[in-house]
Formats: sequence, structure tokens, C-alpha cells
Amino acid sequence: MSASSDAALVASLFAVDPAGAGGVCLRSPVHPARDQWLHMLRDLLPPAAPLRRVPFNIADGRLLGGLDLAATLKANRPIAECGALAAADGGVVVVSMAERLTSHTAACLCAVLDAGEVNLPREGVFIRSPARVGVVALDESVWEEEFIPGPLLDRLAFLLDFNVLSVRTVLVPPYDAEHILAARALLPRVRVDSRNLTALCATAMALGAGSLRVTLLAARIAAAAAALGGRTELREEDAVLAGRLVLAPRATIAPAPEAGNPSKDRGDSRSDDQTEDPAPRAAAGDAGKSHGGSAEITPDDAENVVLAASQAAIPSGLLARLRTPGLGRLVRSGGAGGRAGAPQNAAMRGRPCGVHSGVTRGDARLNVIETLRAAAPWQRLRGRQRQHNSRMLIAPEDLRVTRFRARARTLTIFAVDASGSSALHRLAEAKGAVELLLAECYIRRDQVAVIGFRGRAAEILLPPTRSLVRAKRSLAELAGGGGTPLAAAIDSAVRMAHQAQRRGQTPTIVMLTDGRANVARDGTGGREAAWTEALRAGAVIRAARIMALLLDTSPRPNKAAKDLAHNMNARYLPLPFADARVLSDVVRANIAPC
Amino acid sequence: MRPDARQVFPFSAIVAQNEMKLALIGAAVDPTIGGVLVFGDRGTGKSTAVRALAALLPPMRAVIGCRYACDPTVSDSMCEECRAKSAETPLKSRLVSVPVVDMPLGVTEDRVVGALDLERALSQGIKAFEPGLLARANRGFLYIDEVNLLEDHLVDLLIDVAASGENVVEREGLSVRHPSRFVLVGSGNPEEGELRPQLLDRFGLSVEIKTPTEINERVEVIKRRDEFERDKAEFVAKWGKRDQALRRRIVAGRKRLLDIEVPEAVMESAAKLCMQLGTDGLRAELTLIRAARALASFEQADAVAVSHLRQVAAPALRHRLRRDPLDESGSSARVDRALHETFGP
Repeated sequence: MSASSDAALVASLFAVDPAGAGGVCLRSPVHPARDQWLHMLRDLLPPAAPLRRVPFNIADGRLLGGLDLAATLKANRPIAECGALAAADGGVVVVSMAERLTSHTAACLCAVLDAGEVNLPREGVFIRSPARVGVVALDESVWEEEFIPGPLLDRLAFLLDFNVLSVRTVLVPPYDAEHILAARALLPRVRVDSRNLTALCATAMALGAGSLRVTLLAARIAAAAAALGGRTELREEDAVLAGRLVLAPRATIAPAPEAGNPSKDRGDSRSDDQTEDPAPRAAAGDAGKSHGGSAEITPDDAENVVLAASQAAIPSGLLARLRTPGLGRLVRSGGAGGRAGAPQNAAMRGRPCGVHSGVTRGDARLNVIETLRAAAPWQRLRGRQRQHNSRMLIAPEDLRVTRFRARARTLTIFAVDASGSSALHRLAEAKGAVELLLAECYIRRDQVAVIGFRGRAAEILLPPTRSLVRAKRSLAELAGGGGTPLAAAIDSAVRMAHQAQRRGQTPTIVMLTDGRANVARDGTGGREAAWTEALRAGAVIRAARIMALLLDTSPRPNKAAKDLAHNMNARYLPLPFADARVLSDVVRANIAPC
Repeated sequence: MRPDARQVFPFSAIVAQNEMKLALIGAAVDPTIGGVLVFGDRGTGKSTAVRALAALLPPMRAVIGCRYACDPTVSDSMCEECRAKSAETPLKSRLVSVPVVDMPLGVTEDRVVGALDLERALSQGIKAFEPGLLARANRGFLYIDEVNLLEDHLVDLLIDVAASGENVVEREGLSVRHPSRFVLVGSGNPEEGELRPQLLDRFGLSVEIKTPTEINERVEVIKRRDEFERDKAEFVAKWGKRDQALRRRIVAGRKRLLDIEVPEAVMESAAKLCMQLGTDGLRAELTLIRAARALASFEQADAVAVSHLRQVAAPALRHRLRRDPLDESGSSARVDRALHETFGP
């Protein structure tokens, strides 16, 4: 099966039961195939089923519904307006740039997906309307640190990646709209028998594929596949298909060898891994479980078939990528997708501070008292025009909107040098210091991120998070040894800092290094070139005015680190004999408290 | 608008997850235990369980026409209106179902605390208070899904109200206070972020929940879910008997609650356990005893035994350990160790 035929198949299955499937996460840049796919979905859905596009920064009021202010003023009684989700009842909502969804908006979406209805008291009106929708989340992320919020990802049956498709791909739907209609009619009568269900459960466990919700989605997709085949009984091939399309893309562990034939992909990932550190988080967490599980189940043909098929469908290199922690979470938990108070919501969040006049657009909150106060002086004048009595007359220009001040959040990015030269002396101390700082940040509710660099490249060990459990884990995994790719580390930190700024956070970069750069950006050795690149990269920090701090971890204060700090406009702190506690004190003193 | 208007997944149909069920039942038997916090993996039925709880709660008596569903027999906890009225004439009351109020993440602050009645303000220029979720949750349960993602200013608000049992509104020219005593129930996924210690402390019991690793359990979960979604009414009817039986036990447990004896020895063991774990303050001990008593009452025992204590020790204490935020070894393990040391294996 090729990626393009799978994509077309997914559209068909999704069209059969959008609400049951939850949705599709479509990872793709702006791409002709993506537009094709959306068109195809439109054609496959029944004409009456709505397909609505929703921007990622949609206001809650527009998403869920709220008070229609203009109509309310006109009618002099509250009039609710229908939100995008309720309007799309029975159809599909397409969320563009879903990787920028705030966790808040995602949670609202999830609640509606779970309940199949909008049920929310807002702004003086009680909204309750059916909203059985499927979601197409268009994920345009370029950087691996951006991804769709985990809770939402957990409710979408399909994960498609169009990055692998060629620009000239032509998607051919395997079914036409009439097929879909017939399948829709048949679907309620399709029964998922326990043999196939067990096979799916076993496969999900063997692959370490997400939560129970995902398995449930797989079962529904199997039912949809049977309905498309014109059957009310599930066949093995349906379960196989569901396993391949729903479970395989979420695999976090390579299945135990006895469970099926080792595929080529797995072989690849194995060989990649040998150079990497042991104890990948994903595998460590779930392997134990799956072993326990697979030991108890008696091998069943159905299970093996589904598993083998799913396994073959694991995208090449996925497992290898999963072991690189930064990428692993892409599928595993979705992690920190836009957690911070995003700037577009600043009008809503935080504590109130004053009012300004203006029509309520988006989510700005109407301040009733100030509005009435503004309208009061005009009542007499306006009274001449009015027909009926005893009513306030409020004109749009009277509207006052509350302003809010959200606390600026800080993000502390630790770039930890784990190269051979540093590791010898200071890695343990640096880790200790970072842990202490993490504890500090926990108390202040700041976010932290950790970048480790050694060998050929820098990697994000921990995307911005407030979860200490994860922070601690990622640090424990950082091993020492190898060269010092300083420029790559600085680039990585700067990129993360820029992203934080876009989310309205204040980033601070803390570099722990001895400054002995010897690996250039392209991964080649050479002290001279590496050093020049590092200096140039450092200048970016200066130019961007990002607050930075450089802790020299070499045994003696050294000129290289000092020069680099100067170039970055960072505070330079030589720490020849510091232990973890001292290190942490110094950093704390130098990061502006919030 | 009534919570039972839509079909919810029956409580008794939830597979395994005994600790969570026990904690929720405990809170239903004795609401003074404090709330329940359910932390765990995604898709483990956290919110399903909480929403199912509503069906298990026996109805309560409430003053007719009172917006806060005041209890007609307890004048201390009445709202001002009811208190004033009760001084003149006996209050009329009727049976209503216990509110289980969902606090969605998308909720606005004014809907939580209550606000100026927009309709009357705009159309008639009358200043009237429109109660919010905290009013509706009075004497019932307030449920927050993804509680660790709740905005900070809403958390502040909750912490205050949960402690005082009273909602004080001073905004938009309004000055209103009304009773708001509720059992706080929260759920979330620790990977998404931590909970503030102050809010953590407001929860009486905390439960950790994991995706089942037994294949049969997993199959059963999905089967029942599938069955439920196919025909909700039939599924609810099928499990209705068990839910009713459970409800009767909860009612019986509530009635007997105050007659349950707590032997001196059990008190001492509880104190010893808390000392060993170094929990802050007396709250831990009190919650531990109350939870054990609720369990004993639910199980129709006459007195609290050590076995009850053991069962509730982990949920009552694990979130109260003075912890090094980086210590990952897990508070559950520490409670277990202390249990072994205090009571033997």
C-alpha cells in the first residue's frame, strides 16, 4: 500500500463515520495533495453534511457559541449565537494550523468530541446543542517542538503524514460517494466480534500504541471498513486495516520478536539505535507492560496477522525517531503543544485591568457596568427617538470591554554541554544544578526546557514544560562524551527562544559549557570552523536581545567561554569549583525573578 | 438542562479501576472527606467515572425556589434569603437530585462566580445577580476535567471558595455572598503539568490510575464502551440494577456513618502512620480516619478496622507527603513502605 492510496482510503473511512472516528491529523505543509485530500473528503461526505474551516485561534465564543451582542441589543433580550462546532453538527470541522492550538482550545474541542454536544453556560446564556463532528487537524509544524496537543491527538483515529508525498501525487478515492452513503446506512448494524477486538487490543499493547481510546477508535474504524465492504460481520482484513491505519502510526515500541516477522523497517531502526543511548523512555516504560501482557495471551492467528500487518506499516525510521526523545513525544503524548498563554488570547486571560471602548470582537469580555455607565448620559436624548418606555437604550459605541493583564510567563532554556571535555568534570554537577533550578521553576510555575549537546548535534531533551516528572527523566537520560557542537546548540536554543517569544513568553537561555567548540553545524570536526560558527551563532542572541547566561564549566576560567559570552551579550560566570547547590544559587540570582 | 437528561455510562459498568471507584464512593458516603483527585493516563475513564457518579447519589431535600438549593433543616448553611424566610414561616422543600456540576475549561470567570444578569441589565437596567457554577454546585459535586490546565486566576478562586464554603462576589457593582459547599473532583494527566500545592491540599483523596495491562480487561473496556454507544438506553437499563444496588449501599452507608466506631487502636495506628510519613498537619490524619470510616460504613462493618485503614491510606496520604518535587520514586511507594513498617506485611 502506498502512502497516497492510504490517504485516499482514510478519507473514505472517515467519511463513513466522522464523529465515530474522531478525526484525522494531517501532518503536511501547504501541499497540493492536502487540498486534493480535503476536496475529496468534501465530495465523499453527504452533500448535507457541513464541512467548516476553523482557524486555530478561534475565540471560544465562536467555537462553542455565545451571546450574539448585536442581535441582543436589537431585540432587547439575550440571543445566543451558534458556535462553529454546533453549526458543523453531523459533519467535519477543519482546524488549520492545529499545531498552534492552545491547550485550552484543544480541551474545549475534546470535551465536545467526547460528549457529541456543546453544553456550556456562557455569558448569561446556556448553550446546549448537538455537535457530532469529526475533526481534521491540519498540522503544519516545521519544527519538531510544535505539535498538536496530546489530548486532542488521542481522540483522532488517523494520523497522516503528507511530507512523504510527492507534489505531483494524484489521490484517487477507492470508493465513491454512493458507496459511502450505503456504508453509512449499514454501519449501525456492523458488529465487532470479540475475536477481532482481542486481536486489536493485543496489537495495540504489543505496539505500545497509545491509550485505550485509540484502540476503541481502531475498533470503530474496523467496523467502518466492514461497512464499506458491504458486510455486517467483521473480517480479519478489516481489523488488519484498522491496525495498519490507526495503531501502527502510534507505535512506540518494536513488538516482541515472536509476535511476527521482523520487518525491514524494524531492522533499520535497530541498527540506528546501536549508536544511541540505551534506555529509550518509550520502550522502557511500556516494554515491561507489553511483555507481561503478551506472555499471558495465547498466540492467536488473528492477532498475529493484525500485528504483522500493523508492524509492516510502521513508518520507516519511526521507531528510531521515537528513541530521540524530542521527536518521540510527537506520537507518544503530543506534549506541550502551545501550552503558554498565547498572545491571541491575551484579551481574555489574566486579571482584569481597566476597560476600553469598542465592539466586542472575538473573545473580549463585555463590561456591563461600564457600558451602562457610558450609555446613561444619553438616555434622555435617545429617549426622544424611542417608541416604548422603561428601557435602556444602548448603542454600539457605548460598549466597553474589559482589558486583562496576563502574567508574562518565563521560559528558562538550559543548554547543557555533555561533550567529552565537559562531561569529565562537570556533567553531574550541571545536572544537579539544573534539577535544583527545575524545583525552583516548579514553585514559580515557570516553564523549563532542556537542550543537550554532544557528539555531532544538539537535541531537545525536553520541550518547554512544567512537568517535573518529564524534566527529571530527560536529564537522567543525558549521557556524556563526544565533541562539542556549540553552534548547533546555540541555534537550537535561539530557535526555541523565538518560539517562546511568539507565544508571549520571556525566554532566558542558560548555557553550561566550557566553550571548546570543535564540531561545526554540518557535523564535521575542526576547532577553527566550529569556533567561528559558534561566535556567529552567539551574535544572534545578542541581536535578538535574548537574556542569556553562560556558565563556564571548565576547570579554570577560560578565554573561549568568556569571548563567547561577550559575543552573546551574556553574563559570564566562571565556576571552577562550584557544586550543584552553588551553581543553582548563581543562576537564580542572575535570572530576573518574575 | 438536568444532568440525567442525557445518558451517561453506568458506574458499575466501569471495568477494574477499583481505587478510583472506592475513592468516589467514599466521597459519596461522606462528603466531608473532601474532594477526589484522579490523576492518570489518557483514556482510562476518569471523567466517565465522575460523570457516572451522579446517578449513584441519593436525592436531597432542598428549599423550593432557592437558587442555591439550601438545606431546609440546617440554618447555619443557608443563604441569607432562606434564613430570613425561615425565621417567619417553615420553609417548603422538595427532593432534588444532587448536582454534579461540570466545570468546563472554556468557562468564563463570570459564569463560575456568578455575575450581573445581562438580560435584565441591558433591557431594563436592573441590577440583579445571576448565580454561577459555584451556586449550582452548592451541596453537590464540582467536577473539573484537566484540572491542571485550569487557569491560575480560576484556581485562586476555587481554592478560596473550597476552603470557606462561601462564595463572595464583589464585582460589577454587585455585592453578594452565598453558600457554596461542594465536593471538588478533579482529573488530569500529570504529563500535562503539575497541580499547585494549595489546590492539591483541597482534595481529600487522590487516586492514581493507569491504563490496564491485562488484555482481557482492555477488551472488556472496549466492548462495553462499544455496546454503550450502540444503544445507550439499553445499556443503561442493563446495568441499572447494579447501579441501584450500589446506590442503596451508599445510602445505607451514609445513615450508619456516625454509628461506626473508631477504636482507639486504629486512631493510634493512623497517627503513627502519619508521623512516619511526616505529613503536614492534622488534615491528613483526619482525612485518613474519615475515609476509613466511610469505607467501613459502606462495607457494613460495625467498627473501623486496620484493613480499612490500609485500603484508604494511599489515596488519603499520597498527595500530602512533604515532597521533594524531583523525587520520582513515587509517593505511593513511600506510603506502601510506611504501611508495611507500621502494620507488618
